[in-house]
Amino acid sequence: MTVTTPATGQALPPVELVTCTIDGIEMSVPKGTLIIRAAEQLGIEVPRFCDHPLLSPVAACRMCLVEIEGQPKPQPACAVAVGDKMVIKTQMTSEIADTAQRGVMEFLLINHPLDCPVCDKGGECPLQNQAMTAGHAESRYNGVKRTFPKPINVSAQILLDRERCVSCARCTRFADEIAGDPFIELLERGAHQQVGTADDQPFDSYFSGNTVQICPVGALTSADYRFKARPFDLVSTPSTCEHCAAGCGLRVDDRRNKVQRRLALDVPEVNEEWNCDKGRFAFTYLDTDRITHPWVRDEDGDLVPASWPEAIAIAAEKLAGVRGKVGVLTGGRVTREDAYMYGKFARLALDSDDVDFRSRATSTEEAQFLASSVAGSGLGVTYADLEKAPIVLLVGIEPEEEAPIVFLRLRKATLEGSTKVAAISSWASPGFAKTGGTVLAAAPGAETEVIEALATNAATLSEAASAVATALREPGSIILLGERLSAHPGAISAVSNLAGASGAALAWIPRRAGERGALDAGALAGVLPGGRPLTDAAARAEVSAVWGTHADALPSQPGLAFAEVIDAVLTPPIAEEPAPGTEADDALIIAETAVESAAVATDSDNEAADAAAQNAGIDADLEEPEPRISGLVIGGVEIDDLPNPDKFREALRDVDVVISLETRLSGVDAYADVIFPVAVDTERAGSYTNWEGRVRPFGKILKDAFTLTDGRVLAMIADQLDVNIGTGEPAQVRRELDELGTFSGPRVAPPAVPAQSVSTPEPGQAILASWRHLLDLGVLQAGEKYLAATARPAVARLSGATAAGIGAIDGEAVTVASDSGSITLPLLVTDMPDGVVWIPGNSPGSEVNSSLAVVPGAVVSITAGGAA
Amino acid sequence: MAELPQAVRGFSTTFFTMFRKVNTEQYPEDKDKYPPKPAFHGRHQLNRHPDGLEKCVGCELCAWACPADAIYVEGADNEEGERHSPGERYGVVYQINYLRCILCGLCIEACPTRALTMTNEYELADNSREKLIYEKDDLLAPLMPGMAEAPHAMVAGTTAKDYYEGKVTGATPAQLEEVAAREAAKAAAQAASDAAALEQVADVDALGVAVAGAKSKYAANAKEEALAARATDAGKGGEQ
Ligand code: SF4
Ligand code: SF4
Ligand code: SF4
Ligand code: SF4
Ligand code: FES
Repeated sequence: MTVTTPATGQALPPVELVTCTIDGIEMSVPKGTLIIRAAEQLGIEVPRFCDHPLLSPVAACRMCLVEIEGQPKPQPACAVAVGDKMVIKTQMTSEIADTAQRGVMEFLLINHPLDCPVCDKGGECPLQNQAMTAGHAESRYNGVKRTFPKPINVSAQILLDRERCVSCARCTRFADEIAGDPFIELLERGAHQQVGTADDQPFDSYFSGNTVQICPVGALTSADYRFKARPFDLVSTPSTCEHCAAGCGLRVDDRRNKVQRRLALDVPEVNEEWNCDKGRFAFTYLDTDRITHPWVRDEDGDLVPASWPEAIAIAAEKLAGVRGKVGVLTGGRVTREDAYMYGKFARLALDSDDVDFRSRATSTEEAQFLASSVAGSGLGVTYADLEKAPIVLLVGIEPEEEAPIVFLRLRKATLEGSTKVAAISSWASPGFAKTGGTVLAAAPGAETEVIEALATNAATLSEAASAVATALREPGSIILLGERLSAHPGAISAVSNLAGASGAALAWIPRRAGERGALDAGALAGVLPGGRPLTDAAARAEVSAVWGTHADALPSQPGLAFAEVIDAVLTPPIAEEPAPGTEADDALIIAETAVESAAVATDSDNEAADAAAQNAGIDADLEEPEPRISGLVIGGVEIDDLPNPDKFREALRDVDVVISLETRLSGVDAYADVIFPVAVDTERAGSYTNWEGRVRPFGKILKDAFTLTDGRVLAMIADQLDVNIGTGEPAQVRRELDELGTFSGPRVAPPAVPAQSVSTPEPGQAILASWRHLLDLGVLQAGEKYLAATARPAVARLSGATAAGIGAIDGEAVTVASDSGSITLPLLVTDMPDGVVWIPGNSPGSEVNSSLAVVPGAVVSITAGGAA
Repeated sequence: MAELPQAVRGFSTTFFTMFRKVNTEQYPEDKDKYPPKPAFHGRHQLNRHPDGLEKCVGCELCAWACPADAIYVEGADNEEGERHSPGERYGVVYQINYLRCILCGLCIEACPTRALTMTNEYELADNSREKLIYEKDDLLAPLMPGMAEAPHAMVAGTTAKDYYEGKVTGATPAQLEEVAAREAAKAAAQAASDAAALEQVADVDALGVAVAGAKSKYAANAKEEALAARATDAGKGGEQ
């Protein structure tokens, strides 16, 4: 099922080989292979600085000179391809090559400061190493060295020491060829040649950290790691990035059990050798505000420190009292293993299927789509497929902001010329502009129309849209679907339908690292591990066989999703006894209405709830109606990630039991009855499943840490409840997951929700469009000031006409307001549909959830100037 | 010649030794009489530039050279207004573990700035592990006349290179003034914080009452509020 094996009958094109001799060893390599790569295959290392396998050859440093028979002068091995019958001699066998290399090294060192003792590269510096292997011990130069003031900030995070630069152009080529942020360039000539930035533009790239990693000297360093450690202090462990669904391989370097830096690992099928700055620099959260021991609430309502056995006993006792009425809500930080334990804990220990990992704006339509088309579907569309696709259509996703490595692949694919990119979006974001694609403009909520039109490929389509519709029907084309679309009823159904109609492959890319794994592991109402539908008796039987329980032990009715759990706490059901099986359906309906009316202020919800409660009370002879949910188990949920944070707070306050499993102090603490400290990624083993469906395992990094994982804590609570859900150890869970595999039976049907009519804004109003910046107020970026300083500034975007309509001026303040609050930002007039306003979702000064409490697609008011 | 009994022969050795010169050196009573040889490798010292700035640049070369893994160094950036050494970098943490050190001297050979040298002090024994891990404060050379305690600015108009070329010979009046001003400010701040500490006792009570009134589900106390206040949105959580 993997796409890496070519389909049968499709023979690989024959490779043309050329034969050459390097240092007397004859070898055959594919035509076009560079000499330096051919030599590597023989284990011969030619010294180099500018050469990088993923960047185009420039032969800038001249360090790799080798002798080629028949050529008058030594040639750079990194830029000359092997020719047939070529006889090459490296420094190993050729006096000429060796002398040439030593000469180049002498030149490089003439202006080099050799301040290794204060240089961050010292100890892992190619220049140090190669000066030893290919340099003279003594310098013949006695003149004055060229100096520059050191260091200069090319961005808040990246420091440049121009004295150390060897002008290899790796950084500038990376910025230009890979990231597409060419703010950094080689300036001047000769001895004055230096790397620099344009005067008014800092090197603000989401990928700037990669230049530090590939700079062969200590010219580019990061403010974050500056002077912190030496290579011999560090213990390096391979790991997986927890910041998004791209699944980058990381190397984590720690010194005395404290992480000092993170580098990109070379994982060719995923992140190649790159990662984004968030993955590289955002790790200070690991030891920011950590909880170190359990807390329990005493009779007076005070949180007091507790021992583990005590806290577990209390949590078990409280949960036993509300068994069957507990919602289990997790956030994106849970690993596949921990998510599995949450699902298993809910179903076996709590007799509940009310479990959901989506702590964000969601819909039942999305849940149905995930159950039908994503859960347990294994490796689907891959990064390699993106490079081969004739077209990649982006719907509800901004790859550069949400899954940066997907953006890098798309840019690589478009630069190679074969792939086109199109997006259905309100405007062409900076990242999208770098992939040079077509935007099919649509206001939030109106995407559905465009998607439906593409599905029918109607003759009425515009030229651009019709080109996209046609390309989508070519084999290998791909649709990438983001989580944002769940806010617009009907949109996901339309995308799923478009994929079916056009034959394009469809991939879902959530924003968080843990979501796909949690889905596959069964941490979603109605979905058991491996994508098994809970309603399917065969599927339940398979799971209970592995779990070692009776098949009846599993709930058979799908539970409530995230938003529905919140509503169920706040809205007690009508007190008449529902017919078996309809209870959940009722809740669904209630929840759906609630999702739709998310824009309605909490107050009116309360009134409705009160009214419902009163009615119910009268009907049931003034008996207090029992809420459907009386307890919550919460792990890794950030309150402000929810579309209406105050409503969630209210639910937390109203519900009887709150058990919190957290790594750090969070907003849930104020309401929790028991708080358990759990492990962060450096303290636990686990895995994330990236958007491709590829499992990306990682091991424990800080060997001395003894924090427990979420799974272990849940297992201990279950033990106390006399239920066996296993030990929760990642290794044991992984064995169970392997045993479960994926489901081969029938899935639920994909959703078919009709499109909702788009609201039309009055004058002075606009439809809200929003997504999050990569670098924002996310809790996993806590405490990293240099990184935060490189974030994109928050601006509000309006079309020229809309701005003129409210009298707003480019660069001056506009205020976006809902019933709950307002956000004021500087205006940036943008080419986008009229009547739409875009603001970032969670940036300083623009926190949509907590300030506006509405989801994109809602109508908000816009006014020129600051808040009244 | 008549053989003397064995015992008498043995005691004669004892007897005559009583009149020989004694070789025992009285330690610690007379230790000053027997100083170690000048080249003896004793306890380390972290030297200063003539104006009092530290010579150590935190490069960790000493730690790297050490065969016993006795040295632990952390480098840091010389921030504006908080300069410990000339140039960009200084050693913010510097420890030598004398339970490990074998006094071999490889570290002082590795040091590129002559910051680390060894003294003749050999009394390196104590009764706990902690006491034998010497910190930077224990190792820093004492201030000599003309030096000002770091951190302070470099001599105006000089570069790090000038320091290494010996062009800086002592602290300038500006440097002495800076340090004096800092000490005065520190003393004032200490006095102020002592006063504040007294007032705070009263504040805690007030907070406990105020917060308890604001919560519907739980009567919170100051401890919980302090816990919650550190989380991003706890303020909002307590409002309704
Ligand atoms: S770049 Fe390398 S050779 Fe140059 S100062 Fe830094 S460590 Fe030394
Ligand atoms: S800064 Fe580093 S990567 Fe860039 S040109 Fe100079 S040496 Fe090369
Ligand atoms: S004297 Fe030798 S053992 Fe002691 S700290 Fe220096 S290098 Fe290490
Ligand atoms: S003492 Fe010397 S070798 Fe050790 S860190 Fe300081 S400057 Fe470097
Ligand atoms: S590595 Fe070949 S010229 Fe730089």
